[in-house]
Amino acid sequence: MNRHGRKRMRGSPPLPSAGRRSFILRLLAGSSALVLAGCDAVSRSSWGPKILRIGEAANLEIQRALTSKTALAQEFSESDLSPTFRSNGTDDPEDEDYQRHAQSQFRDWKLRIDGLVRVPAELSLADLRAMKSRTQITRHDCVEGWSAIGKWTGVPLREVLNIVQPSAAARYVVFHCADPMDESGARYYESIDLEDAHHPQTILAYELNGNPLPVANGAPVRIRIERQLGYKMAKYIMRVELVESFKHIGGGHGGYWEDQGYEWYAGT
Amino acid sequence: MPQSTQLEDNPIATGTPGDQAGVPVARRYRYVRHSWPVRAMHWINVMALVILLMSGLQIFNAHPVLYWGKSSYSGRPPLLHLYAEHAADGSSVGVTKFFGRQIRTTGVLGLSKDSDGELTERGFPSWLTIPGPQWLAMGRRWHFFFAWIFVINGALYIGYSIWSRHLSNDLEPTRHDWRSIGRSIVDHLHFRHPEGEEAKRYNVLQKLTYLAVIFGLLPFMVLMGIAMSPRMDTLLPGWVDLFGGRQSARTLHFISASLILLFALIHVFEALISGFWNNLRSMITGRYEIREPVTGARTPNATAERTAR
Repeated sequence: MNRHGRKRMRGSPPLPSAGRRSFILRLLAGSSALVLAGCDAVSRSSWGPKILRIGEAANLEIQRALTSKTALAQEFSESDLSPTFRSNGTDDPEDEDYQRHAQSQFRDWKLRIDGLVRVPAELSLADLRAMKSRTQITRHDCVEGWSAIGKWTGVPLREVLNIVQPSAAARYVVFHCADPMDESGARYYESIDLEDAHHPQTILAYELNGNPLPVANGAPVRIRIERQLGYKMAKYIMRVELVESFKHIGGGHGGYWEDQGYEWYAGT
Repeated sequence: MPQSTQLEDNPIATGTPGDQAGVPVARRYRYVRHSWPVRAMHWINVMALVILLMSGLQIFNAHPVLYWGKSSYSGRPPLLHLYAEHAADGSSVGVTKFFGRQIRTTGVLGLSKDSDGELTERGFPSWLTIPGPQWLAMGRRWHFFFAWIFVINGALYIGYSIWSRHLSNDLEPTRHDWRSIGRSIVDHLHFRHPEGEEAKRYNVLQKLTYLAVIFGLLPFMVLMGIAMSPRMDTLLPGWVDLFGGRQSARTLHFISASLILLFALIHVFEALISGFWNNLRSMITGRYEIREPVTGARTPNATAERTAR
Protein backbone atom coordinates (compact mmCIF):
# COMPACT_ATOMS: atom_id res chain seq x y z
CA MET A 1 0.00 0.00 0.00
CA ASN A 2 1.34 3.41 -0.81
CA ARG A 3 1.86 6.24 1.53
CA HIS A 4 -1.37 7.97 0.61
CA GLY A 5 -3.37 4.82 1.11
CA ARG A 6 -2.10 4.71 4.63
CA LYS A 7 -3.60 8.06 5.39
CA ARG A 8 -7.01 6.47 5.69
CA MET A 9 -5.80 4.63 8.71
CA ARG A 10 -4.80 7.72 10.59
CA GLY A 11 -6.41 8.31 13.95
CA SER A 12 -8.24 5.44 15.51
CA PRO A 13 -7.93 2.75 12.82
CA PRO A 14 -11.33 1.78 11.45
CA LEU A 15 -12.57 -1.73 11.00
CA PRO A 16 -11.30 -3.33 7.82
CA SER A 17 -13.58 -2.46 4.94
CA ALA A 18 -16.39 -4.81 3.98
CA GLY A 19 -14.48 -6.09 0.96
CA ARG A 20 -11.43 -6.75 3.05
CA ARG A 21 -13.51 -8.42 5.74
CA SER A 22 -15.05 -10.87 3.32
CA PHE A 23 -11.59 -11.48 1.89
CA ILE A 24 -10.28 -12.27 5.36
CA LEU A 25 -13.25 -14.54 6.04
CA ARG A 26 -12.82 -16.39 2.76
CA LEU A 27 -9.12 -16.70 3.44
CA LEU A 28 -9.89 -18.15 6.88
CA ALA A 29 -12.49 -20.61 5.60
CA GLY A 30 -10.27 -21.67 2.73
CA SER A 31 -7.18 -22.10 4.85
CA SER A 32 -9.00 -24.00 7.61
CA ALA A 33 -10.44 -26.43 5.05
CA LEU A 34 -6.92 -26.86 3.70
CA VAL A 35 -5.51 -27.43 7.20
CA LEU A 36 -8.22 -30.04 7.92
CA ALA A 37 -7.59 -31.87 4.66
CA GLY A 38 -3.88 -31.70 5.46
CA CYS A 39 -4.41 -33.16 8.94
CA ASP A 40 -6.47 -36.03 7.52
CA ALA A 41 -3.80 -36.69 4.90
CA VAL A 42 -1.14 -36.79 7.62
CA SER A 43 -3.34 -39.18 9.65
CA ARG A 44 -3.54 -41.56 6.68
CA SER A 45 0.11 -41.30 5.66
CA SER A 46 2.67 -43.92 6.56
CA TRP A 47 4.90 -41.46 8.41
CA GLY A 48 2.41 -39.11 10.14
CA PRO A 49 1.06 -41.46 12.82
CA LYS A 50 4.62 -42.56 13.63
CA ILE A 51 5.69 -38.99 14.35
CA LEU A 52 2.49 -38.20 16.25
CA ARG A 53 3.04 -41.32 18.40
CA ILE A 54 6.03 -39.60 20.02
CA GLY A 55 3.54 -37.74 22.24
CA GLU A 56 2.10 -40.92 23.73
CA ALA A 57 5.55 -42.52 23.96
CA ALA A 58 6.61 -39.48 26.02
CA ASN A 59 3.57 -39.98 28.27
CA LEU A 60 4.88 -43.42 29.28
CA GLU A 61 8.39 -42.18 30.10
CA ILE A 62 7.33 -39.02 31.92
CA GLN A 63 4.47 -40.58 33.87
CA ARG A 64 6.62 -43.47 35.02
CA ALA A 65 9.37 -41.03 35.99
CA LEU A 66 6.97 -38.82 37.96
CA THR A 67 5.00 -41.49 39.78
CA SER A 68 6.10 -44.35 41.95
CA LYS A 69 6.14 -47.89 40.54
CA THR A 70 4.06 -49.15 43.42
CA ALA A 71 1.80 -46.13 44.00
CA LEU A 72 -1.77 -47.31 44.35
CA ALA A 73 -4.69 -46.12 42.27
CA GLN A 74 -7.32 -44.31 44.30
CA GLU A 75 -9.72 -46.59 46.15
CA PHE A 76 -13.27 -45.50 46.86
CA SER A 77 -16.01 -46.26 49.35
CA GLU A 78 -19.17 -48.31 48.90
CA SER A 79 -21.19 -45.10 48.53
CA ASP A 80 -19.27 -44.25 45.36
CA LEU A 81 -20.21 -47.52 43.61
CA SER A 82 -21.94 -47.15 40.25
CA PRO A 83 -25.43 -48.69 40.49
CA THR A 84 -24.70 -50.97 37.54
CA PHE A 85 -21.25 -51.50 36.17
CA ARG A 86 -21.34 -50.69 32.48
CA SER A 87 -20.39 -53.44 30.05
CA ASN A 88 -18.47 -52.25 27.02
CA GLY A 89 -17.24 -54.14 23.96
CA THR A 90 -18.12 -57.83 24.00
CA ASP A 91 -20.92 -58.67 26.44
CA ASP A 92 -21.43 -62.33 25.49
CA PRO A 93 -18.62 -64.03 23.54
CA GLU A 94 -19.79 -65.84 20.42
CA ASP A 95 -17.72 -68.92 21.00
CA GLU A 96 -18.97 -72.48 21.49
CA ASP A 97 -16.39 -73.50 24.06
CA TYR A 98 -17.00 -70.34 26.02
CA GLN A 99 -20.77 -70.77 25.96
CA ARG A 100 -20.39 -74.35 27.20
CA HIS A 101 -18.24 -73.16 30.12
CA ALA A 102 -20.71 -70.39 30.88
CA GLN A 103 -23.60 -72.90 30.99
CA SER A 104 -21.79 -74.92 33.62
CA GLN A 105 -20.75 -71.85 35.65
CA PHE A 106 -17.14 -72.47 34.51
CA ARG A 107 -16.90 -75.65 36.63
CA ASP A 108 -14.52 -77.32 34.16
CA TRP A 109 -12.84 -74.14 33.01
CA LYS A 110 -9.14 -73.82 33.70
CA LEU A 111 -6.83 -70.86 33.32
CA ARG A 112 -3.61 -71.90 31.63
CA ILE A 113 -0.43 -69.99 32.52
CA ASP A 114 2.49 -70.82 30.28
CA GLY A 115 5.15 -69.38 27.99
CA LEU A 116 8.46 -68.31 29.51
CA VAL A 117 7.81 -69.91 32.89
CA ARG A 118 9.55 -72.69 34.83
CA VAL A 119 6.34 -74.32 36.04
CA PRO A 120 3.38 -74.00 33.65
CA ALA A 121 0.10 -74.30 35.49
CA GLU A 122 -3.62 -74.80 34.99
CA LEU A 123 -5.80 -73.26 37.66
CA SER A 124 -9.54 -73.77 38.08
CA LEU A 125 -11.87 -71.09 39.39
CA ALA A 126 -11.88 -72.97 42.70
CA ASP A 127 -8.06 -72.92 42.75
CA LEU A 128 -8.07 -69.16 42.16
CA ARG A 129 -10.69 -68.60 44.85
CA ALA A 130 -8.61 -70.62 47.31
CA MET A 131 -5.62 -68.33 46.83
CA LYS A 132 -4.84 -65.09 48.61
CA SER A 133 -7.35 -62.49 47.47
CA ARG A 134 -7.65 -58.74 47.31
CA THR A 135 -10.81 -56.61 47.23
CA GLN A 136 -10.68 -53.07 45.89
CA ILE A 137 -13.19 -50.38 44.98
CA THR A 138 -11.70 -48.63 41.99
CA ARG A 139 -12.62 -46.40 39.13
CA HIS A 140 -12.66 -47.83 35.61
CA ASP A 141 -11.77 -45.19 33.02
CA CYS A 142 -12.70 -45.95 29.45
CA VAL A 143 -10.66 -44.50 26.58
CA GLU A 144 -13.95 -43.07 25.31
CA GLY A 145 -14.16 -40.79 28.33
CA TRP A 146 -16.62 -42.34 30.79
CA SER A 147 -15.82 -43.76 34.23
CA ALA A 148 -17.57 -46.31 36.42
CA ILE A 149 -16.75 -47.38 39.97
CA GLY A 150 -16.89 -51.04 40.96
CA LYS A 151 -15.79 -53.38 43.74
CA TRP A 152 -13.52 -56.11 42.49
CA THR A 153 -12.28 -59.23 44.22
CA GLY A 154 -9.60 -61.46 42.78
CA VAL A 155 -6.14 -62.99 43.00
CA PRO A 156 -3.21 -60.62 42.68
CA LEU A 157 -1.47 -61.57 39.45
CA ARG A 158 1.87 -61.66 41.26
CA GLU A 159 0.60 -64.54 43.39
CA VAL A 160 -0.05 -66.49 40.20
CA LEU A 161 3.36 -65.49 38.83
CA ASN A 162 4.98 -66.80 42.02
CA ILE A 163 3.52 -70.22 41.26
CA VAL A 164 4.68 -70.42 37.65
CA GLN A 165 8.03 -68.65 38.19
CA PRO A 166 8.68 -66.58 35.07
CA SER A 167 12.09 -67.17 33.52
CA ALA A 168 14.63 -64.37 33.33
CA ALA A 169 13.80 -63.68 29.68
CA ALA A 170 10.11 -62.98 30.35
CA ARG A 171 9.22 -59.30 29.93
CA TYR A 172 5.51 -59.18 29.18
CA VAL A 173 2.36 -60.89 30.35
CA VAL A 174 -0.13 -61.58 27.53
CA PHE A 175 -3.81 -62.26 28.21
CA HIS A 176 -5.53 -64.43 25.60
CA CYS A 177 -9.31 -64.07 25.64
CA ALA A 178 -12.31 -66.06 24.48
CA ASP A 179 -14.13 -63.35 22.58
CA PRO A 180 -13.79 -63.26 18.78
CA MET A 181 -13.66 -59.63 17.60
CA ASP A 182 -14.31 -59.88 13.85
CA GLU A 183 -15.08 -62.23 10.95
CA SER A 184 -11.44 -63.33 10.75
CA GLY A 185 -11.89 -64.87 14.20
CA ALA A 186 -9.17 -62.73 15.76
CA ARG A 187 -9.69 -62.84 19.48
CA TYR A 188 -9.24 -60.14 22.06
CA TYR A 189 -5.85 -60.08 23.69
CA GLU A 190 -3.86 -57.66 25.78
CA SER A 191 -0.41 -57.35 27.29
CA ILE A 192 1.28 -55.56 30.18
CA ASP A 193 4.86 -55.46 31.36
CA LEU A 194 6.16 -56.97 34.58
CA GLU A 195 6.01 -53.64 36.43
CA ASP A 196 2.24 -53.56 36.10
CA ALA A 197 1.99 -57.34 36.50
CA HIS A 198 3.57 -57.12 39.95
CA HIS A 199 1.54 -54.10 41.07
CA PRO A 200 -0.52 -55.01 44.17
CA GLN A 201 -3.79 -53.84 42.58
CA THR A 202 -3.29 -55.91 39.43
CA ILE A 203 -5.71 -58.75 40.11
CA LEU A 204 -7.40 -61.54 38.19
CA ALA A 205 -10.90 -60.54 39.30
CA TYR A 206 -13.59 -63.18 39.68
CA GLU A 207 -16.09 -61.06 41.63
CA LEU A 208 -17.78 -57.74 40.91
CA ASN A 209 -19.67 -55.93 43.68
CA GLY A 210 -19.67 -59.07 45.82
CA ASN A 211 -21.16 -61.40 43.16
CA PRO A 212 -19.51 -63.81 40.75
CA LEU A 213 -18.26 -61.81 37.77
CA PRO A 214 -21.18 -61.54 35.28
CA VAL A 215 -20.65 -62.68 31.70
CA ALA A 216 -21.21 -59.09 30.52
CA ASN A 217 -18.23 -57.97 32.60
CA GLY A 218 -15.84 -60.75 31.62
CA ALA A 219 -16.63 -64.02 33.43
CA PRO A 220 -14.95 -66.14 34.64
CA VAL A 221 -11.99 -63.75 35.18
CA ARG A 222 -10.90 -60.41 33.89
CA ILE A 223 -7.70 -58.58 34.67
CA ARG A 224 -7.72 -55.30 36.58
CA ILE A 225 -4.89 -52.87 35.80
CA GLU A 226 -6.01 -49.90 37.79
CA ARG A 227 -3.53 -47.31 36.55
CA GLN A 228 -4.42 -47.76 32.89
CA LEU A 229 -7.51 -47.34 30.72
CA GLY A 230 -10.29 -49.88 30.32
CA TYR A 231 -9.15 -51.49 27.09
CA LYS A 232 -6.09 -52.92 28.87
CA MET A 233 -8.35 -54.83 31.28
CA ALA A 234 -9.07 -57.89 29.17
CA LYS A 235 -12.22 -59.89 29.89
CA TYR A 236 -12.93 -63.64 29.34
CA ILE A 237 -9.29 -64.59 29.99
CA MET A 238 -8.49 -68.17 28.93
CA ARG A 239 -4.73 -68.17 28.95
CA VAL A 240 -1.91 -66.11 30.41
CA GLU A 241 1.34 -66.28 28.49
CA LEU A 242 4.72 -64.87 29.50
CA VAL A 243 6.76 -63.65 26.56
CA GLU A 244 9.91 -61.74 25.79
CA SER A 245 8.20 -59.76 23.02
CA PHE A 246 4.65 -59.53 21.68
CA LYS A 247 5.74 -58.81 18.09
CA HIS A 248 4.65 -62.28 16.92
CA ILE A 249 1.19 -62.13 18.54
CA GLY A 250 -1.84 -60.79 16.68
CA GLY A 251 -0.94 -57.64 14.78
CA GLY A 252 2.23 -57.31 16.83
CA HIS A 253 1.28 -54.22 18.82
CA GLY A 254 0.49 -55.93 22.10
CA GLY A 255 -3.30 -55.95 22.04
CA TYR A 256 -6.44 -56.04 19.94
CA TRP A 257 -7.05 -52.28 20.18
CA GLU A 258 -3.34 -51.56 19.91
CA ASP A 259 -3.46 -53.32 16.54
CA GLN A 260 -6.17 -50.78 15.57
CA GLY A 261 -3.90 -47.85 16.38
CA TYR A 262 -4.44 -47.36 20.12
CA GLU A 263 -1.37 -46.88 22.27
CA TRP A 264 0.04 -49.87 24.15
CA TYR A 265 0.60 -47.72 27.23
CA ALA A 266 -2.84 -46.55 28.32
CA GLY A 267 -1.96 -44.54 31.42
CA THR A 268 -3.35 -41.32 29.96
CA MET B 1 9.34 2.13 27.90
CA PRO B 2 12.31 0.53 29.53
CA GLN B 3 13.00 -2.03 26.83
CA SER B 4 15.90 -0.16 25.34
CA THR B 5 16.88 -3.06 23.12
CA GLN B 6 13.50 -3.32 21.55
CA LEU B 7 12.99 0.33 20.90
CA GLU B 8 14.06 1.10 17.44
CA ASP B 9 12.90 4.38 16.06
CA ASN B 10 12.53 3.96 12.40
CA PRO B 11 10.66 6.83 10.86
CA ILE B 12 8.88 5.84 7.74
CA ALA B 13 6.47 8.69 7.43
CA THR B 14 8.03 11.39 5.37
CA GLY B 15 5.04 13.60 4.91
CA THR B 16 5.63 17.04 6.20
CA PRO B 17 3.03 18.52 8.46
CA GLY B 18 0.24 20.04 6.49
CA ASP B 19 1.05 18.57 3.10
CA GLN B 20 -2.43 17.25 2.39
CA ALA B 21 -5.10 19.89 2.19
CA GLY B 22 -3.77 21.56 5.24
CA VAL B 23 -4.28 18.52 7.47
CA PRO B 24 -1.37 18.22 9.82
CA VAL B 25 0.35 14.85 9.48
CA ALA B 26 1.65 13.24 12.57
CA ARG B 27 5.03 11.60 12.90
CA ARG B 28 4.85 7.92 12.01
CA TYR B 29 7.45 5.33 12.78
CA ARG B 30 7.77 1.64 13.39
CA TYR B 31 9.48 0.02 16.29
CA VAL B 32 10.11 -3.59 17.22
CA ARG B 33 7.16 -4.43 19.46
CA HIS B 34 7.60 -8.18 19.81
CA SER B 35 10.95 -9.93 20.05
CA TRP B 36 11.46 -12.91 17.75
CA PRO B 37 11.14 -15.55 20.50
CA VAL B 38 7.77 -14.13 21.54
CA ARG B 39 6.61 -14.07 17.91
CA ALA B 40 7.74 -17.62 17.25
CA MET B 41 6.21 -18.94 20.47
CA HIS B 42 2.96 -17.06 19.79
CA TRP B 43 2.44 -18.80 16.45
CA ILE B 44 3.53 -22.21 17.73
CA ASN B 45 0.96 -21.70 20.47
CA VAL B 46 -1.74 -20.76 17.95
CA MET B 47 -1.06 -23.92 15.94
CA ALA B 48 -0.90 -26.17 19.00
CA LEU B 49 -4.10 -24.77 20.53
CA VAL B 50 -6.08 -25.06 17.29
CA ILE B 51 -5.04 -28.70 16.89
CA LEU B 52 -5.60 -29.43 20.59
CA LEU B 53 -9.08 -27.94 20.43
CA MET B 54 -10.09 -29.86 17.31
CA SER B 55 -8.51 -33.17 18.30
CA GLY B 56 -10.06 -32.63 21.73
CA LEU B 57 -13.50 -32.45 20.13
CA GLN B 58 -12.69 -35.69 18.30
CA ILE B 59 -11.92 -37.34 21.66
CA PHE B 60 -15.04 -35.79 23.21
CA ASN B 61 -17.12 -37.24 20.38
CA ALA B 62 -16.20 -40.78 21.47
CA HIS B 63 -18.53 -40.19 24.43
CA PRO B 64 -20.26 -36.83 23.89
CA VAL B 65 -21.51 -36.49 27.45
CA LEU B 66 -20.23 -34.40 30.35
CA TYR B 67 -20.80 -35.26 34.01
CA TRP B 68 -20.04 -33.89 37.43
CA GLY B 69 -18.54 -36.27 39.97
CA LYS B 70 -16.11 -39.15 40.37
CA SER B 71 -17.80 -41.40 37.83
CA SER B 72 -20.27 -41.20 34.95
CA TYR B 73 -22.72 -43.55 36.62
CA SER B 74 -23.37 -41.90 39.93
CA GLY B 75 -27.13 -41.82 39.46
CA ARG B 76 -27.04 -38.10 38.68
CA PRO B 77 -28.02 -36.94 35.19
CA PRO B 78 -25.29 -35.63 32.89
CA LEU B 79 -24.70 -31.89 32.52
CA LEU B 80 -24.42 -31.99 28.75
CA HIS B 81 -25.32 -34.68 26.27
CA LEU B 82 -25.15 -34.53 22.47
CA TYR B 83 -27.07 -37.31 20.72
CA ALA B 84 -29.48 -38.17 17.93
CA GLU B 85 -33.10 -39.19 18.38
CA HIS B 86 -34.48 -41.60 15.83
CA ALA B 87 -38.19 -41.48 15.04
CA ALA B 88 -40.22 -44.49 13.93
CA ASP B 89 -40.46 -43.14 10.37
CA GLY B 90 -36.68 -43.35 10.03
CA SER B 91 -36.01 -39.66 10.41
CA SER B 92 -33.53 -38.41 12.98
CA VAL B 93 -32.90 -35.20 14.85
CA GLY B 94 -29.77 -33.98 16.59
CA VAL B 95 -30.38 -33.13 20.23
CA THR B 96 -28.33 -31.11 22.70
CA LYS B 97 -29.40 -31.76 26.25
CA PHE B 98 -28.03 -29.12 28.58
CA PHE B 99 -28.94 -29.25 32.28
CA GLY B 100 -32.05 -31.23 31.42
CA ARG B 101 -33.18 -28.82 28.68
CA GLN B 102 -33.39 -30.26 25.19
CA ILE B 103 -32.56 -28.19 22.13
CA ARG B 104 -32.75 -29.42 18.54
CA THR B 105 -29.38 -28.95 16.93
CA THR B 106 -29.66 -31.10 13.81
CA GLY B 107 -26.83 -30.43 11.36
CA VAL B 108 -24.39 -29.17 13.97
CA LEU B 109 -24.58 -30.98 17.33
CA GLY B 110 -25.73 -34.54 17.88
CA LEU B 111 -26.42 -35.23 14.22
CA SER B 112 -24.44 -33.83 11.32
CA LYS B 113 -23.18 -34.67 7.87
CA ASP B 114 -20.07 -36.80 7.57
CA SER B 115 -17.54 -36.45 4.77
CA ASP B 116 -19.87 -38.37 2.42
CA GLY B 117 -22.74 -36.00 3.11
CA GLU B 118 -24.66 -38.59 5.14
CA LEU B 119 -26.37 -37.43 8.34
CA THR B 120 -24.58 -39.31 11.12
CA GLU B 121 -24.92 -39.35 14.89
CA ARG B 122 -21.91 -37.52 16.28
CA GLY B 123 -21.31 -34.88 18.98
CA PHE B 124 -19.46 -32.13 17.13
CA PRO B 125 -19.50 -31.99 13.32
CA SER B 126 -16.64 -33.44 11.29
CA TRP B 127 -15.45 -30.02 10.13
CA LEU B 128 -14.59 -29.20 13.75
CA THR B 129 -12.61 -32.35 14.54
CA ILE B 130 -9.16 -33.71 13.78
CA PRO B 131 -9.26 -36.11 12.08
CA GLY B 132 -12.57 -35.39 10.34
CA PRO B 133 -14.10 -38.89 10.53
CA GLN B 134 -14.75 -40.62 13.86
CA TRP B 135 -11.28 -41.94 14.71
CA LEU B 136 -10.52 -41.81 18.41
CA ALA B 137 -7.09 -43.48 18.31
CA MET B 138 -5.80 -40.95 15.77
CA GLY B 139 -7.42 -38.04 17.62
CA ARG B 140 -5.50 -39.08 20.72
CA ARG B 141 -2.21 -39.16 18.81
CA TRP B 142 -2.75 -35.61 17.56
CA HIS B 143 -3.89 -34.46 20.98
CA PHE B 144 -0.96 -35.82 22.99
CA PHE B 145 1.67 -34.84 20.41
CA PHE B 146 0.48 -31.24 20.38
CA ALA B 147 -0.12 -31.27 24.13
CA TRP B 148 3.62 -31.80 24.55
CA ILE B 149 4.41 -29.07 22.02
CA PHE B 150 2.03 -26.75 23.87
CA VAL B 151 3.51 -27.55 27.29
CA ILE B 152 7.14 -27.24 26.17
CA ASN B 153 6.38 -24.03 24.26
CA GLY B 154 4.50 -22.62 27.25
CA ALA B 155 7.33 -23.46 29.65
CA LEU B 156 9.87 -21.84 27.31
CA TYR B 157 7.63 -18.78 27.03
CA ILE B 158 7.35 -18.36 30.79
CA GLY B 159 11.09 -18.88 31.22
CA TYR B 160 11.88 -16.41 28.47
CA SER B 161 9.38 -13.85 29.77
CA ILE B 162 10.98 -13.87 33.20
CA TRP B 163 14.54 -13.81 31.87
CA SER B 164 13.95 -11.08 29.28
CA ARG B 165 11.78 -9.05 31.68
CA HIS B 166 8.91 -9.26 29.19
CA LEU B 167 6.81 -10.29 32.17
CA SER B 168 7.82 -7.47 34.53
CA ASN B 169 8.10 -4.75 31.88
CA ASP B 170 5.15 -5.46 29.62
CA LEU B 171 2.67 -7.66 31.47
CA GLU B 172 2.87 -6.71 35.12
CA PRO B 173 0.38 -3.89 35.82
CA THR B 174 1.96 -0.71 37.15
CA ARG B 175 0.51 1.37 39.93
CA HIS B 176 -0.73 3.76 37.27
CA ASP B 177 -2.42 0.84 35.50
CA TRP B 178 -4.37 -0.06 38.61
CA ARG B 179 -5.55 3.52 38.92
CA SER B 180 -6.66 3.69 35.29
CA ILE B 181 -8.66 0.49 35.38
CA GLY B 182 -12.03 2.27 35.32
CA ARG B 183 -11.05 4.40 32.38
CA SER B 184 -9.69 1.35 30.55
CA ILE B 185 -13.05 -0.39 30.94
CA VAL B 186 -14.83 2.66 29.49
CA ASP B 187 -12.35 2.80 26.60
CA HIS B 188 -12.93 -0.88 25.82
CA LEU B 189 -16.69 -0.44 25.89
CA HIS B 190 -16.34 2.39 23.34
CA PHE B 191 -13.82 0.38 21.29
CA ARG B 192 -11.33 3.23 21.77
CA HIS B 193 -7.68 2.41 21.46
CA PRO B 194 -4.71 4.42 22.58
CA GLU B 195 -2.40 6.06 20.10
CA GLY B 196 1.10 7.41 20.01
CA GLU B 197 3.52 6.52 22.77
CA GLU B 198 0.73 5.05 24.79
CA ALA B 199 -0.04 2.44 22.14
CA LYS B 200 3.35 0.94 22.90
CA ARG B 201 2.08 -0.38 26.20
CA TYR B 202 -0.54 -2.97 26.85
CA ASN B 203 -3.51 -1.45 28.63
CA VAL B 204 -4.42 -2.70 32.07
CA LEU B 205 -7.32 -4.92 31.03
CA GLN B 206 -5.14 -6.44 28.36
CA LYS B 207 -2.36 -7.11 30.87
CA LEU B 208 -4.71 -8.67 33.40
CA THR B 209 -6.37 -10.83 30.76
CA TYR B 210 -3.04 -12.07 29.41
CA LEU B 211 -1.81 -12.84 32.92
CA ALA B 212 -5.02 -14.67 33.80
CA VAL B 213 -4.82 -16.75 30.64
CA ILE B 214 -1.07 -17.46 30.84
CA PHE B 215 -0.87 -18.24 34.55
CA GLY B 216 -4.46 -19.27 35.28
CA LEU B 217 -6.54 -20.69 32.49
CA LEU B 218 -3.90 -22.48 30.42
CA PRO B 219 -2.15 -24.24 33.35
CA PHE B 220 -5.57 -25.15 34.77
CA MET B 221 -6.58 -26.72 31.48
CA VAL B 222 -3.36 -28.75 31.46
CA LEU B 223 -3.91 -29.80 35.07
CA MET B 224 -7.45 -30.98 34.31
CA GLY B 225 -6.06 -32.93 31.37
CA ILE B 226 -3.51 -34.59 33.65
CA ALA B 227 -6.30 -35.31 36.16
CA MET B 228 -7.93 -37.60 33.59
CA SER B 229 -4.83 -39.83 33.45
CA PRO B 230 -5.32 -42.85 35.71
CA ARG B 231 -1.56 -43.11 36.19
CA MET B 232 -1.11 -39.43 37.09
CA ASP B 233 -3.97 -39.77 39.56
CA THR B 234 -1.59 -41.84 41.71
CA LEU B 235 0.75 -38.85 42.18
CA LEU B 236 -1.01 -37.87 45.42
CA PRO B 237 -3.84 -40.10 46.59
CA GLY B 238 -7.22 -38.55 45.87
CA TRP B 239 -5.95 -35.22 44.49
CA VAL B 240 -8.47 -35.37 41.65
CA ASP B 241 -11.30 -35.18 44.18
CA LEU B 242 -10.21 -31.60 44.97
CA PHE B 243 -11.78 -30.77 41.60
CA GLY B 244 -14.85 -32.92 42.12
CA GLY B 245 -13.48 -36.19 40.72
CA ARG B 246 -12.34 -37.44 37.34
CA GLN B 247 -15.56 -36.78 35.47
CA SER B 248 -15.67 -33.26 36.91
CA ALA B 249 -12.08 -32.81 35.75
CA ARG B 250 -13.13 -33.88 32.25
CA THR B 251 -15.93 -31.30 32.35
CA LEU B 252 -13.54 -28.63 33.66
CA HIS B 253 -11.06 -29.50 30.91
CA PHE B 254 -13.87 -28.92 28.39
CA ILE B 255 -14.96 -25.66 30.05
CA SER B 256 -11.42 -24.27 30.26
CA ALA B 257 -10.86 -25.13 26.59
CA SER B 258 -14.10 -23.27 25.80
CA LEU B 259 -12.89 -20.25 27.78
CA ILE B 260 -9.62 -20.30 25.86
CA LEU B 261 -11.61 -20.29 22.65
CA LEU B 262 -13.61 -17.34 23.99
CA PHE B 263 -10.36 -15.54 24.84
CA ALA B 264 -9.01 -16.24 21.34
CA LEU B 265 -12.16 -14.86 19.72
CA ILE B 266 -12.02 -11.65 21.78
CA HIS B 267 -8.26 -11.42 21.19
CA VAL B 268 -8.75 -11.64 17.40
CA PHE B 269 -11.66 -9.20 17.57
CA GLU B 270 -9.57 -6.67 19.49
CA ALA B 271 -6.72 -7.14 17.05
CA LEU B 272 -9.15 -6.55 14.17
CA ILE B 273 -10.58 -3.30 15.49
CA SER B 274 -7.33 -1.81 16.77
CA GLY B 275 -5.47 -1.89 13.46
CA PHE B 276 -5.51 -5.41 12.11
CA TRP B 277 -2.58 -5.24 9.67
CA ASN B 278 -0.47 -3.30 12.11
CA ASN B 279 -1.11 -5.88 14.82
CA LEU B 280 -0.60 -8.78 12.48
CA ARG B 281 2.62 -7.31 11.09
CA SER B 282 3.95 -6.72 14.57
CA MET B 283 3.35 -10.38 15.45
CA ILE B 284 5.06 -11.55 12.23
CA THR B 285 7.94 -9.13 11.57
CA GLY B 286 7.88 -7.55 15.01
CA ARG B 287 7.35 -4.05 13.66
CA TYR B 288 4.48 -2.00 14.98
CA GLU B 289 3.63 1.37 13.57
CA ILE B 290 3.11 4.28 15.90
CA ARG B 291 1.29 7.38 14.76
CA GLU B 292 1.91 10.27 17.04
CA PRO B 293 -1.36 12.07 17.55
CA VAL B 294 -1.60 15.48 15.99
CA THR B 295 -1.10 18.21 18.55
CA GLY B 296 -4.41 19.18 19.98
CA ALA B 297 -6.17 16.07 18.70
CA ARG B 298 -8.21 14.34 21.33
CA THR B 299 -7.41 10.74 21.91
CA PRO B 300 -8.29 8.49 24.77
CA ASN B 301 -5.92 8.39 27.67
CA ALA B 302 -3.68 10.94 26.04
CA THR B 303 -3.24 13.00 29.16
CA ALA B 304 -0.93 12.64 32.07
CA GLU B 305 0.50 9.47 30.66
CA ARG B 306 4.05 10.18 29.61
CA THR B 307 5.47 10.11 33.09
CA ALA B 308 3.77 6.95 34.16
CA ARG B 309 6.81 4.74 33.98
